[in-house]
Amino acid sequence: MSVTSSSVGIVSAQYAAFDTPLALACGAVLPAYQLAFETYGTLNAAKSNAILICHALSGHHHVAGRYSESDKSAGWWDNMIGPGKPIDTERFFVVGVNNLGGCHGSTGPSSINPASGQPWGADFPMVTVADWVIAQARLADRLGIERWAAVIGGSLGGMQALDWSIRFPERIAHALVIASAPKLSAQNIAFNDVARQAILTDPEFHGGNFYGQGVLPRRGLRLARMLGHITYLSDDGMGEKFGRMLRSGEYQFGFDVEFEIESYLRYQGDKFSDSFDANTYLLMTKALDYFDPAREYGGDLVKALQRASAGFLVASFTSDWRFSPERSRETVKALVAAGRRVSYAEIESAHGHDAFLMLDPPYVELMRAYLGRVAAEISA
Amino acid sequence: MSAPALRPDLALVADWIKPSSRVLDLGCGSGELLAHLQQSKQVSGYGVDFAVDNVVRCVEAGINVLQADLEAGLAEFGDASFDVVVLSQTIQAMLHTEQILIEMLRVGREAIVTFPNFGYWGNRWQIMRGRMPVSETMPYQWYNTPNIHWCMLGDFEALCAKNGIRVLERVVMDKGRRIDFMPNLLGSLAFYRVSRQ
Repeated sequence: MSVTSSSVGIVSAQYAAFDTPLALACGAVLPAYQLAFETYGTLNAAKSNAILICHALSGHHHVAGRYSESDKSAGWWDNMIGPGKPIDTERFFVVGVNNLGGCHGSTGPSSINPASGQPWGADFPMVTVADWVIAQARLADRLGIERWAAVIGGSLGGMQALDWSIRFPERIAHALVIASAPKLSAQNIAFNDVARQAILTDPEFHGGNFYGQGVLPRRGLRLARMLGHITYLSDDGMGEKFGRMLRSGEYQFGFDVEFEIESYLRYQGDKFSDSFDANTYLLMTKALDYFDPAREYGGDLVKALQRASAGFLVASFTSDWRFSPERSRETVKALVAAGRRVSYAEIESAHGHDAFLMLDPPYVELMRAYLGRVAAEISA
Repeated sequence: MSAPALRPDLALVADWIKPSSRVLDLGCGSGELLAHLQQSKQVSGYGVDFAVDNVVRCVEAGINVLQADLEAGLAEFGDASFDVVVLSQTIQAMLHTEQILIEMLRVGREAIVTFPNFGYWGNRWQIMRGRMPVSETMPYQWYNTPNIHWCMLGDFEALCAKNGIRVLERVVMDKGRRIDFMPNLLGSLAFYRVSRQ
């Protein structure tokens, strides 16, 4: 199969404006907002073949395809979504959405606050996974989708899929929760806080209101991303890719880039800090920290999941230590105790947390198999 | 959809499972038993397998499957959460043989255990001729066999007795036929239905 034959091709973003106020979990109310989204494939007459893709920390609505013939990079999950791919756009109508608080077209801290005529900046309210799911449900209403054939996400995206299954049980047939967790561990929150501190203490952050200052808190965002990247890779994977390789072959006895891993991390950090919004990064990490669907059910995840009626696929990756298999097994254990339909796979991979974006063969086969069943159920 | 034809040993296990039961199938392979039970007896439940390829096949077959190592126990499952727990031709390959038997009857009201009978005459004959047995039900050489805990009917029953486990039913088969006469000598495959009560 050639690359072009399995691509959704040239795509473009769409925008949906909402003027029904949205009451957020933090108590604030967003009077109006817009969501950026993309769709691929065709919604069938019964409107039963829609799949929602939820993005992780730094993701967005551009999930598959390219914006032009000369576009060098495809959507972030283009390897999984397209004609003949596991999330097959010949069978499914696939929707990607940028979450509230994002920086890729949906209303977020860099958008204009209608009350002040200035960018929201630090005034943008804290958003949670639950807020996102409710906003996504409104987008589903707008698209005429009553029930998703599946909601799919990795990492923070998996948390949204899990939340969908509890919050709107009648609106989701399947939840695919990949490399995720039912709530963050102390270690995970700790990593997030170091990332936030890097941003918050950057002098160019200006308390979140840097937009009018002609500066960007690049240094902080860059550090946050570098730290993140370390936790997304496995020790083995990093060792295999970079080892102790030196750029010049010799020790320089200085603090400039010497080891290839330093070069890689700095490159990733630079690239990210040019394109991502620091306030969005803060919000996304807080959404991760706050996620705990059991909390509304007396801390009992089983009780929370007893509300769900979807079929579940939970998958984890052996070398993922940021969202380890143990964390996925907590979700599985609660689903089993709640008597839900669930399948669980622990995929052998050296790619760490990033594995959910890679194509380890058993992972691809698993996704293909599960989504094949999803398609068969709706005769797509 | 009609139920697919089932391997003869699994057919016997399926016969022992009541309609609408909650079933846990340990070492479920490609999910043949559960897929059959789901279609013909409306059972619900989960398969468990260690191999990811088997997990994928189970997902294709439309059954719930959890990838896990049985040697680690059944911590994923609560007490008495299943009507029946099945372990087909796997117990002889387990390191923690006694533990899995106890675990099966913690999470299930009943357990079905099947295993190749080491006391089968064909095995004895090969031993008498000076070699470790290799057969259809035991298709490995001594140096590459995953089967590390061989037993005969009496051995398994003694292990049950030691743990206060009652044998509810026993069937012994050879080449797809029931063996009632001298089963420990003439039967190659043993089937036990056991419980705590």
